[in-house]
Amino acid sequence: MSHAFVEVQKAAKRFPGASKEAEPLTVFENISFQLKKGEFVCIIGHSGCGKSTIMNALAGLDQFSEGSMVMENKEISGPGLERGVVFQNYSLLPWLTALENVRFGVRARWKGWSDREVTDHSMKYLEMVGLKEVVDRKPSQLSGGMRQRVSIARAFATKPKLLLLDEPFGALDALTRGVIQDELIKIWSKDQQTVFMITHDVDEAILLADRIFLMTNGPQARIAEAVEIDLPRPRQRASIVKHPHFYKIRNYLVDFLVNRSSELRTQEFDGQGLRYPTPVNPVQLEDAEATTDSPPASPATEPQENLVKFTPKEVRHG
Amino acid sequence: MDRTTTEWKLSLNARATILAIMLLVVGLGVWEGLNQSPLLGGGEALSEYEQLLAGADESAKVPPPSEIAVKAWQELSNPFYDAGPNDKGIGIQLGYSLYRVLSGYLLAALVAIPIGFLIGMSPLAYKALNPFIQVLRPISPLAWMPLALFIIRDSEASAIFVIFICSIWPMLLNTAFGVAGVRNDWVNVARTHELSSLQTAFKVILPAAAPTILTGMRISIGIAWLVIVAAEMLVGGTGIGYYVWNEWNNLDLTSVIFSILMIGVVGMLLDMSLAYIARFVTYAE
Repeated sequence: MSHAFVEVQKAAKRFPGASKEAEPLTVFENISFQLKKGEFVCIIGHSGCGKSTIMNALAGLDQFSEGSMVMENKEISGPGLERGVVFQNYSLLPWLTALENVRFGVRARWKGWSDREVTDHSMKYLEMVGLKEVVDRKPSQLSGGMRQRVSIARAFATKPKLLLLDEPFGALDALTRGVIQDELIKIWSKDQQTVFMITHDVDEAILLADRIFLMTNGPQARIAEAVEIDLPRPRQRASIVKHPHFYKIRNYLVDFLVNRSSELRTQEFDGQGLRYPTPVNPVQLEDAEATTDSPPASPATEPQENLVKFTPKEVRHG
Repeated sequence: MDRTTTEWKLSLNARATILAIMLLVVGLGVWEGLNQSPLLGGGEALSEYEQLLAGADESAKVPPPSEIAVKAWQELSNPFYDAGPNDKGIGIQLGYSLYRVLSGYLLAALVAIPIGFLIGMSPLAYKALNPFIQVLRPISPLAWMPLALFIIRDSEASAIFVIFICSIWPMLLNTAFGVAGVRNDWVNVARTHELSSLQTAFKVILPAAAPTILTGMRISIGIAWLVIVAAEMLVGGTGIGYYVWNEWNNLDLTSVIFSILMIGVVGMLLDMSLAYIARFVTYAE
């Protein structure tokens, strides 16, 4: 049996209730998805639906209460260098300069390298994000955008197989965000890493992603749909909005976030079978709708039972 | 035209310096003036015997700054003379005190920083050791002196022990506090880069906690310098504390005031040197 590059099955996160008798609070449950190698996947959902928990679990920093995660047929347990993380708050070490911060990652990744090799490799990635002139500055002497660039350079420089981005541009102003998005596309198209990214920005997701996972609202959140973005690459911020499909996709996503994310609740996903998010292509959907009057969401796929080895990660939280 | 700035051309520092010098001059002037006893103010020099008598007639006077300045000049121009157990230069006395303070302090650092690290990292160690720390910490370091003298049977080592025990607590608690307060994000950076526990401790937690640790070390050296004077008054023999007490027994108040001043200056230098070291480990977030 072959798995996808990354396979998450029946993941759930529960917190114990306030009292002993109280029902545990289920943030999300029955989350299953696959990531293909080289794919760029964004996940969108309202606050509190557990996006960050999913990301931290993939990073090995947090644990699911139930469910399993497999990457390249190996179970994910604990953090590792094959998975790189870019946090929203940059997480640079403030006592190190920009170069030293990148070197920190590169040194950890390739322990046998000489100092010269480590520096050269780090510089290459700092140049890629346009920070060649400020490599000797401490994070406190850099702007927010520059700090996030250092963080991105550090993550890409270690060449992880899976790159996890937790709202990397959430704290940046729109102009800076645009510039760094372009840099991210550039650096990603060079290395073709698999990227899993949280974002709140619909336009950003369309610009970057191959697929967008849409999460319903928590508690008991699910990944309802996986929207396929078939806009041609390479994409550019300026020209992508002119593509005829752009607004169809965008409207579909906004409609989901505004209306359907709160309506689609447990009853539509009951049953404990393995269920991947429903693949949706908003463009084809709209074309089909124009001819026939079929219901918008395609019927849920039949529960599949090819479960990977089930390993409860955590019996009780806290 | 810019009229507002012309009035304050001097920088804040320059103005502060002028004010400080003025305060010094006025303070010393008042002190000097109050001590011009009418009997002594006659003009001609009195013999030592007459001075003693004069002092006995009137109520005793605190020596004026001018006398202290003369004394300071004498002592500081030859700080390292050694004319027997009761007559050593100020440099030698301060040297003994510094030696005791630094050895007790460094021993304390060697114990406090690793244990503080442990307490900061492990909630178990914190909970287990906290009751002991809370009981031992408020004990006046001098209260240990009899026990130390009895067990160690050496006054020199006992003084060092007293310094050790008084400087251990701020370093221990600040290290624990600094280590426990290291931002989780930074620890996560270490984790996602697969650093071993030892590497995490040295490459992430130590630099992150270093400013807090240095603050504890700075508090400790201040306390150690406070305590050494009292400790040396008890154990005697050498050191600046002994010197103060010895000069009091000699009724040489000029020397007492001069040594008080020296204690202050050395204490300030100790604090400044740690502040200087701290500059290298502080970081802005």
